[in-house]
Amino acid sequence: MAMALHNREILRLATAGSVDDGKSTLIGRLLYDTKSIFEDQLEAVERTSIQMGSQYVNLALLTDGLRAEREQGITIDVAYRYFATPRRKFIIADTPGHIQYTRNMVTGASTADLALILIDARNGVVEQSRRHAFISSLLRIPHLVVCVNKMDLVGYEEEAYELVCAEFTEFARKLDVGDVTFIPISALHGDNVVDRSASMAWYQGTSLLHHLEHVHIASDRNLIDARFPVQYVIRPYNDEHHDYRGLAGTVAGGIFKPGDEVMVLPSGLTSRVAAIETFDGSLDEACAPMSVTIRLADDLDVSRGDMLCRPNNQPMVGQDIEAMVCWMGDRTRLTAGAKLTIKHTTRTARALVKELRYRLDINSLHRQEGVESLGLNDIGRVSLRTTQPLFFDEYRRNRATGSFILIDESSMATVGAGMIIGPE
Amino acid sequence: MSPGPTTATPSPHSLSNLRELEAESIHIMREVAAEFECPGLLFSGGKDSIVMLRLAEKAFWPAKVPFPVVHVDTGHNFDEVIAYRDKRVAELGVRLIVGSVQADIDAGRAIEETGPRASRNRLQTVTLLRTIEEQRFDAAFGGARRDEDKARAKERVFSFRDEFGQWDPKNQRPELWALFNGKIRRGEHIRVFPISNWTELDIWQYVDEEKIELPSIYFAHRRRVFLRDNMWLADTPFVTPQANEPIIEKLVRFRTVGDASCTGAVESAADTVEKVIAEVAATRITERGATRADDKISEAGMEDRKKEGYF
Repeated sequence: MAMALHNREILRLATAGSVDDGKSTLIGRLLYDTKSIFEDQLEAVERTSIQMGSQYVNLALLTDGLRAEREQGITIDVAYRYFATPRRKFIIADTPGHIQYTRNMVTGASTADLALILIDARNGVVEQSRRHAFISSLLRIPHLVVCVNKMDLVGYEEEAYELVCAEFTEFARKLDVGDVTFIPISALHGDNVVDRSASMAWYQGTSLLHHLEHVHIASDRNLIDARFPVQYVIRPYNDEHHDYRGLAGTVAGGIFKPGDEVMVLPSGLTSRVAAIETFDGSLDEACAPMSVTIRLADDLDVSRGDMLCRPNNQPMVGQDIEAMVCWMGDRTRLTAGAKLTIKHTTRTARALVKELRYRLDINSLHRQEGVESLGLNDIGRVSLRTTQPLFFDEYRRNRATGSFILIDESSMATVGAGMIIGPE
Repeated sequence: MSPGPTTATPSPHSLSNLRELEAESIHIMREVAAEFECPGLLFSGGKDSIVMLRLAEKAFWPAKVPFPVVHVDTGHNFDEVIAYRDKRVAELGVRLIVGSVQADIDAGRAIEETGPRASRNRLQTVTLLRTIEEQRFDAAFGGARRDEDKARAKERVFSFRDEFGQWDPKNQRPELWALFNGKIRRGEHIRVFPISNWTELDIWQYVDEEKIELPSIYFAHRRRVFLRDNMWLADTPFVTPQANEPIIEKLVRFRTVGDASCTGAVESAADTVEKVIAEVAATRITERGATRADDKISEAGMEDRKKEGYF
């Protein structure tokens, strides 16, 4: 069996939720049923549950790792959990669901292929489910799975499930979401989590785990727009590789092949890909998210922060950018006129907030215009002016070349996450 | 927008889990080399740091690894591990910096624990922080994985340390996409964990796929051991078995490699990488739970030590 495990893909999933909606129970079950919880972890959780006076084994303790979290009985940060089946390796970014932890949800969502949204079958779509769905769509998570949970408490009735599906579908019309799948489950009893439930014969779909193992993610990657942000220039300075000059980096989109004509930004000079190299040998092609070293046919002046693309398919180049920003600073607020450090692909520059266009109420999706500032966990639209040109795509087209972070210049903390809408 | 099965068709452009993890780790290491002035790679001789060193070799090939290898040496070593370290450093042509716990004890900067359960594990923090300060490292790579411990599960890839080397779990920088914030002031540093997303099984499968040599103690061998706290500790000059801890010879291997006084062996007949993978895939106890006396102290043992500046 061990050998077959080598060629599994990785699926990164994000969950968000509070104590009551069964999220921890669901994760606990996925981990337990795939044998990813170890006996000593379970023992430790049992011990702590008893110490805390809990009558049942609190599976949330498996993920709530920090002392402060256990003391307060809440999840306050993003926790990463791992499990694997013979088909795939899964990385769960587990985040709290309350509005005061929006920044954690945004963080967990930023790398996810799939978002898991839990809805209590008794309560239907509530504010928190809408918020999670909105953040998933804002961060462009390609796949959404809505687990209608606690089906056991509504008698496993199809109508209850259909009601939730209809309600969610109606709400999701307002969002830009691609693929939505609904699954009726009971995390507590394991219905439709790993195996198909015997209690819901009316449900024709697959179990959650089966879906996670089979959902098609390879085509989520952008294989069209060739983008290679130069990360590091490799110059060995030894006799064997005397004139070697390799452009190291991670492919951020499209496919690069030896012989391809490429353009270097910002210089606009063109050359050809002489070779794509790795420690393990030369490659016939490279696509995201491979880390490779590209050698060009001509000796051009290229350094970190530059970008390789195709002459006939270039990113946008500019210093004026429109973006959605989630503010993450707890000591400062984002206001027009603020100056921050911006990190975009491998380029670092300074950015001036020219205008705060509106704040978005992430529960109602209403735009609040005329606001003075964004505070912690607020999401809004801004226009920025940068000190150097950035080479970018719309975030909806490419998450790697459409995203940036903002850094406070005095505290050096990461205070903002941005998704580019386009040039101003 | 309907329930139902989705079929997965294999794509020529999908990467295997190990190749994707490798690419992510290489990206992180290059980012550090590009943005920091003086990084160092913490190397214990354990399998995780061995894999990390291999990833560094790959990230900068055909150039040499552009930072030194740093070993915090407790003096309680397995000979096989030191021999392996020296051989690997020579192969790569990188500089080795050894921070000696013994030197800190001799100078009175660290106080040796006493009693039969004395360990130098905790003292390593003193030596680690002194070495980082003396060498003026602004970034230190560590081989920690998030699946090892609950506190580690929440730690960032770029983990900020203040001028005292402390980790503040409540005040971590948000970390999004593959955009890492390495901005610091003088005296502060970043601990960088490039293999955060690897699991124990991933490490072993990578060792297998890459045919990476490991110190022999990772494979089943006969060794004189004694049982303490349900763990087989090796009979070495660094620990004193008590009267009720008889020494016997057993077929064992180590799942982790650390200070010889507190790293336990597990009973195992796995003498090849394939057999170890089969064993890891079937095991029901975490590697730290099985083999680290120091981690059994409390639920928050790791969090507390990390706040002080531990690895």
